[in-house]
Formats: sequence, C-alpha cells, structure tokens
Amino acid sequence: MDTQVSSQPQKVAKRKIRVATTSLSGCFGCHMSLLDIDERILQLIEVVEFDRSPITDIKHCGPCDIGLIEGSVCNSENVHVLREFRDNCNVLIAFGACAVAGGLPAQRNHLDIGDALREVYCDRTGLGKQIPNDRELPLLLDKVHPINEVVRVDYFIPGCPPSGDTIWKFVTDLIAGHMPRLEHPLLKFD
Amino acid sequence: MTHLTLSLVEIATPILDRHHNDPTRLLQILHDIQDELDYISPETMEYLANKLEIPITRVQSVVEFYSFFHAKPNGKFRILFSDNITDRMLGNKDLFDHMLNRLHLEPDTVSEDGLVSVGMTSCTGMCDQGPALLINNMPITHLTPRRIDEICDLVKSGLPVSNWPSHYFKVDNNIRRADELLATAYNMGDAIKAAVAKGAQGMLDEMKRSNLRGRGGAGFTTGVKWELCRNSQSDERFIVCNADEGEPGTFKDRVLLQSFAGHVFEGMTIAGFTTGAKQGFVYLRAEYKYLVKSLQIFLENMRAAGFLGQNILGIDGFDFDIEIHLGAGAYVCGEETALIESLEGKAGRPRIRPPFPVTCGYKNKPTVVNNVETLCKVTEIARRGGAWYEGRGTRQSTGTKLLSVSGDCARPGIYEFPFGVRISDVLEECGAKDVIAVQISGAAGVCLAPHEFHRRIAFEDVPTAGSFMIFGKDRDMFEVALNFAEFFAHESCGFCSPCRIGTSLVKDMMQKIAVGRGTKYEINEIQRLRDQMKNFAHCGLGQTAGNAICDCITKFRPAFDKHLSSRDFLPAFDLELSLARSREVTHRDDADAHLGAK
Ligand SMILES: Cc1cc2nc3c(=O)[nH]c(=O)nc-3n(C[C@H](O)[C@H](O)[C@H](O)COP(=O)(O)O)c2cc1C
Ligand code: SF4
Ligand code: SF4
Ligand code: FES
Repeated sequence: MDTQVSSQPQKVAKRKIRVATTSLSGCFGCHMSLLDIDERILQLIEVVEFDRSPITDIKHCGPCDIGLIEGSVCNSENVHVLREFRDNCNVLIAFGACAVAGGLPAQRNHLDIGDALREVYCDRTGLGKQIPNDRELPLLLDKVHPINEVVRVDYFIPGCPPSGDTIWKFVTDLIAGHMPRLEHPLLKFD
Repeated sequence: MTHLTLSLVEIATPILDRHHNDPTRLLQILHDIQDELDYISPETMEYLANKLEIPITRVQSVVEFYSFFHAKPNGKFRILFSDNITDRMLGNKDLFDHMLNRLHLEPDTVSEDGLVSVGMTSCTGMCDQGPALLINNMPITHLTPRRIDEICDLVKSGLPVSNWPSHYFKVDNNIRRADELLATAYNMGDAIKAAVAKGAQGMLDEMKRSNLRGRGGAGFTTGVKWELCRNSQSDERFIVCNADEGEPGTFKDRVLLQSFAGHVFEGMTIAGFTTGAKQGFVYLRAEYKYLVKSLQIFLENMRAAGFLGQNILGIDGFDFDIEIHLGAGAYVCGEETALIESLEGKAGRPRIRPPFPVTCGYKNKPTVVNNVETLCKVTEIARRGGAWYEGRGTRQSTGTKLLSVSGDCARPGIYEFPFGVRISDVLEECGAKDVIAVQISGAAGVCLAPHEFHRRIAFEDVPTAGSFMIFGKDRDMFEVALNFAEFFAHESCGFCSPCRIGTSLVKDMMQKIAVGRGTKYEINEIQRLRDQMKNFAHCGLGQTAGNAICDCITKFRPAFDKHLSSRDFLPAFDLELSLARSREVTHRDDADAHLGAK
C-alpha cells in the first residue's frame, strides 16, 4: 500500500483510517484477543489510527471510520458510550458473544435486578445494608441486551472471544474495502 | 426412610419392573411416574438413576429437554392450550385469558392449592376442530367460553380426568375426500398375506416399481431405503413408524392411527418381512397419548390372529412385533435421528449424518424410519402391486396424498387427492373463499400467494408433508409469520448455535416489529438470519426455520410495512423504562438516573 502511495507523488500520504474500540459490559477478553494479532499490530498502525480505545486511553470518541464494540449493554453508561460510538462511527461492529447476543452478562436476565442488588448489597454479613446509590454510579438496566437492541449495528463477529486471526481477517478485509468474509475455522460461535 | 421415599419406592418399583429396568425406556418410565406423582422431583431422578444404573445427569437432561416432563410441581391438572396460528385465528388467546380469569391464575404458574396450571403448547394436531387444549395429555377440541367454564368447574371439583364424561374427549376424523387409502375396506391380514406371497425380494421389487416416496417431508424413495437397510450387514434391524406429527397444521397421521391403525401396523410388518427386521416401534407424539389404549388393543388382536409375534402366518423365522413409545412434547423428535435418540431414552438431539439410520440407527443397528402415511401406502402396493400403484399421481410423485386442511374454509379436515392436484382445486373442494394465502407443509414449508394457486401438490412442484393452512382475506400475514417465529424459537433443541440463537433473534425481531419498534433494519436482519440458518444449522428444523417468515415478507410486504417505523433504527425496548426498577431500589431520580427515549 505504501509503495502505491509513494509511486503517485502528486498525492499526499493517504489519510489513516480511524478506529475506536471499547468494552461495555464485557470481560476484556475480546480486547485481549485483538492484541493476539501480535506483531501484526505494527502493520495495522501503518494504515490505522486509534481514537477512543483502551489502547489509547482517549476518553471520548471523535468521528471515526470503524467502531469495535465488545460487551453487552448492562447499565446507563453503556448506553451513553454506545450512542457516542454510533454517532461517530461510520461502521459499527459488534465483536464477541456479549456484544452480539448478550453473552455471559445476560445470564442475569432471569433475575429481578432489584432482588439481585438486594442480595448482593443488603443480605450479606459484613456489607452494609444499602444498595449503592451515588449519582456517579451508572444505574443497571433491568435486563442485559446485545448492542443491536440499542443501536443499529453493521457487522457482527461471533465467538467468545473471536480469535485474533478472526478479528485480523475481518478488520483487514474492511480496511481493504472488501465485504468482510469469515469462514471456518475463523467463524465460530463458542 | 421418609414417608415420601417410601411412597416413591412403592410407586416406582412396579413401573420399573414393567419396563425391565431398561434405560432405553426412560421416557416411558418418566411418563408413568409423572402420571402418578405429577412431576419428577430431584429425589425421583436420583432414585431412577440408581435403579437404571445411569448417571443422574442423563435423567436430568431428559426431564429438562422435553416440555411435557416437569421437574417442579405442576398441578394435579395440567392444561395446555394449542397455540398454532389456526388456534389463534379461532380465538384461543381470549379463551386462554378467560380460563386464567376463572381460575385466578397467571400463565404457567400453579395455583396455590397445587390443583392446576395453565399454559400454551405448540400445535396439538387438532387444527380442523380447534381451538383445542390438552388436559393431562387428553385432548379437548371445539373450545368455546362455555366449554371453558365447564372445564373449570370440573377442575375445581377435583374429579380425575379419567372420570370426566367421555364426550369431552371426542376427536373427529373429518374425512372429506377419500380415495385409495381412506375408501378401501380393510381386512386384517390381507396386505401381509399378499406381501408374503410375493416373497421378500418380490415385495422389495414391487416397492421399487411403485416409486413410493416418503410422506414425512423429505420424500426419499421408500423402496431404496428398505433395500439399503436389508443389504446392511447386521444381526438385528428395526422398523420405526414416525408418528411424531409435530408440523403445525398436520393431523392426517392422527386420523390414520385413530381409524386406520391396521394399515399402519401391517405396513410395518411388511417392512419387517422385507428387510429382515424383527422389532418395530411406533414413536407416538405425547399429544396423541389418548390413542395408546386403542392402538394396544389393536396390536393384541393382531397378535391373537397370528399377524404379529413368532412365525407369522406359520412361516418359520417370520417374527415381528410392535411396541409403542411415547414422545414428550418436542417437535424436533420428528427428525429421524432425534427420534432414534429419543427412542433410546435420551434427549432428542439430532445426530450427525452420515451415517444414516438405514445403516446405523436404533442401537446403532440398521433402521428404517417411515412416516405413518408411507407405511399405509405400503399395504396398497402389497395388495395391488407396484405397477398399478405407479399409475396414479404424477411421474415423480406416485399415488395419492393426504392433506390436512385447516384455517379459513367451510370444510376443514382430511382430503385424499392423487398427487398433482392444483392448490386451487383443493381450495374449491374445501369451500375456501377470498383466500389470500396458503401455507403448505407447515411452518417449515412454503407460503403461497393467489398468483401461485395454479401450482400442484407434488415433489416436482410444491412438496408437502400434508399441512395445508388457509388464510382468508381478513387475516394479517404478519401475525402468521410471528406465530411461526415463536414456534421455531420454542422448538429449537439448542444443540447448534445458528438455530438456537438464530430462531431466538428472529422471534425477538418479529416481536419488536409487532410492538411498533421495527424498521427496515429488522426486515433485512431476519432475511440475513434465514440464510445463516439455512446454510449452517445442523438439522432440518433450523435449516427451514426462516423460510415461511421470509416468504411472507416477500409476498405480503404491506402486512409488515404497516408495523414498521420510518426511522432508521429504534431500540428494541423502552430504555427509560428499563431503568425504572433500579431507580426504585436506589431511590434515585437525578438526571443521570434517566435515559430518555432516542
Ligand atoms: C424438524 C423435523 C421434523 C420432522 N417431523 C416429522 C414428523 O413429524 N413425521 C414424519 O414422518 N417425519 C418428520 N420429519 C422427517 C423425518 O426426519 C424423516 O425424513 C421421515 O420420518 C422419513 O419417513 P418417510 O421417508 O416415510 O417420509 C421431520 C424432519 C425434521 C427435520
Ligand atoms: S464475548 Fe466472551 S471474551 Fe468477549 S467480552 Fe464477552 S465473555 Fe468476554
Ligand atoms: S438446527 Fe435447531 S433443532 Fe436442529 S440440531 Fe440445531 S438447534 Fe437443534
Ligand atoms: S392443534 Fe390447533 S391448530 Fe394444530
């Protein structure tokens, strides 16, 4: 790609693609998987610039080409972050079972959230008798949702987590302007 | 030993003896135990696991898998309303609510006195006489508010269902058009004798000449199936009659078993004679449990007349007998490998194919699985020969076919037509007017619009397992698609992700559209999910789960559009409302405790 750019001296260096990533209610396993692309990250940053992401520690997302979302929507902060990503990213991708389907956090969906909070914060010895209610704390939604139940999502990468190779294939396809394609063994649901 | 354990032992011992402590009979054992104890407690599961010498997890997985087994108290009376689209069209929801009101109950919860629970279940095969319900597995059809009141009174009186007036449980045949199968007089043993006269190879040749194709859906050539089984090296072979009839809108197998059981059993016996199998099973869906007694009497009569048992017709080594196994409320068990798992006393999860049952089926032995109707057709071929049989119907679809007609028409019921009949002719015959759609072959089949009514019922055009549901001009095809989406999400066995997740997502999106939160996005997603399921699901259930819904989207788009928002996207739920419970328990009402709608 670089050689192509330099062989056309009239063009200034091609704009780098801006990518933002975040983990909503996830375990960061999907981000660890992203790091599993290992040294290929050097290839990646030649064409990509990271905006908001755990990798950069930028706190708010600006206009981006691609947004990668790990984790499901579990509390009000997740909703705000997700909306910010949707507003700023041309292409929004759910990566990992939690973002795609609710995943592990959605295991709580058969419980009443009030009962769950009470059991954790009030019914145990050694803890107080009060459910934390500081304004700083995001409130929990009554149910955990996959991200496409809150905003429109363009692509889904299944897996818990999707492998580094899977993420690499998907993102490089997208950057190259192809329709991303995942096939066995990269496409897996567990 | 506690009092409870004592009575458990007293109840379970004769049941276990009756089933020879055979773990492959686990479903039958659980049925019998549940009949006595109303549910399968953890203590019961442990006891059975010990007695049958199987892991307790196996017992648990079976109880959990089948919707008719209950691990918790479920009431002395368990009432399940059939919830097929045809029941909905006949007003089952209002009747359901009426009953809940009368009994002061919530859906799927047991009354405080432990007397009764009321819920919904998939199609119970009474589509021509709905709305219908099951009470302790006994069907009651033609429901009206008055009938519901009477049922509520009987329930409150506590009278056991077995003592209720028998007229409640009357199930009609509603045969509207009879041809070769339904109109020919039955004479016990004629077909078996005719087959024996031809010899096993001769009978097989006739089968192949007849070009009979299976009536359970896939349409595999029966003669070829039998030959593969016959030629497999094995010391044992089995014949299984697939009477799981779970496809919404189908009820022809029920009529055949209720009034033409001799054809079915003789067809199985001929299959045994031809392939060398000595044991047959009828896998009967639990919804048809009411037929067991009469079927067993029929089998006894056949044994007494020498048409079942050892040395049938005095022929040395022609041994064949038939056992009836009950399913327990799982549509997927109609899939032949899931059925075999279930017959072996396990959860009904489809096996990986190949190997196919003809070489590796029940107990890993060569097994023929045939539909009830297929086996009936065998008797025609035995009596009248393959060449004659081949003369009816079309080139690739020989003989006659039973159609289960329900929905908007004057005369719902069973219609026997030669293959090749036009959809429009069936509609004419059953008195259907102003039809906007016909759903052929159930929720897994195709939805046809009026411009396609000239098409023909046949494997070369519109194949069908027999379900024929008619929708008149006032019907909302979106509601039809929604019902199918709910059906598949409920019936997915959960073994493979594309179907387990796909059917749930499709259902969620259809429900999202139903409450007015849907946009074009959901429509596109549903179509995409259909493709995913079609290509990646493990068995036919998942592979077909999206078809009818997508047919409806393509052919009845306005019915969907009227529910859609013109926005680009809407959340699936009310975000503001979803914080309400947390606000309540934290006593917060600050700005950050709200999300607003977006
Ligand atoms: C989800 C699913 C459900 C099925 N249900 C039935 C059924 O209820 N009855 C039936 O005969 N075949 C059913 N089948 C087809 C069977 O797998 C099998 O093909 C059939 O019993 C073979 O008999 P035939 O050759 O006589 O048609 C079902 C298949 C699938 C995938
Ligand atoms: S999908 Fe799996 S790895 Fe990714 S956040 Fe969820 S639990 Fe963690
Ligand atoms: S397709 Fe559905 S029913 Fe079939 S095995 Fe997969 S989950 Fe089970
Ligand atoms: S049982 Fe009611 S429609 Fe099938």
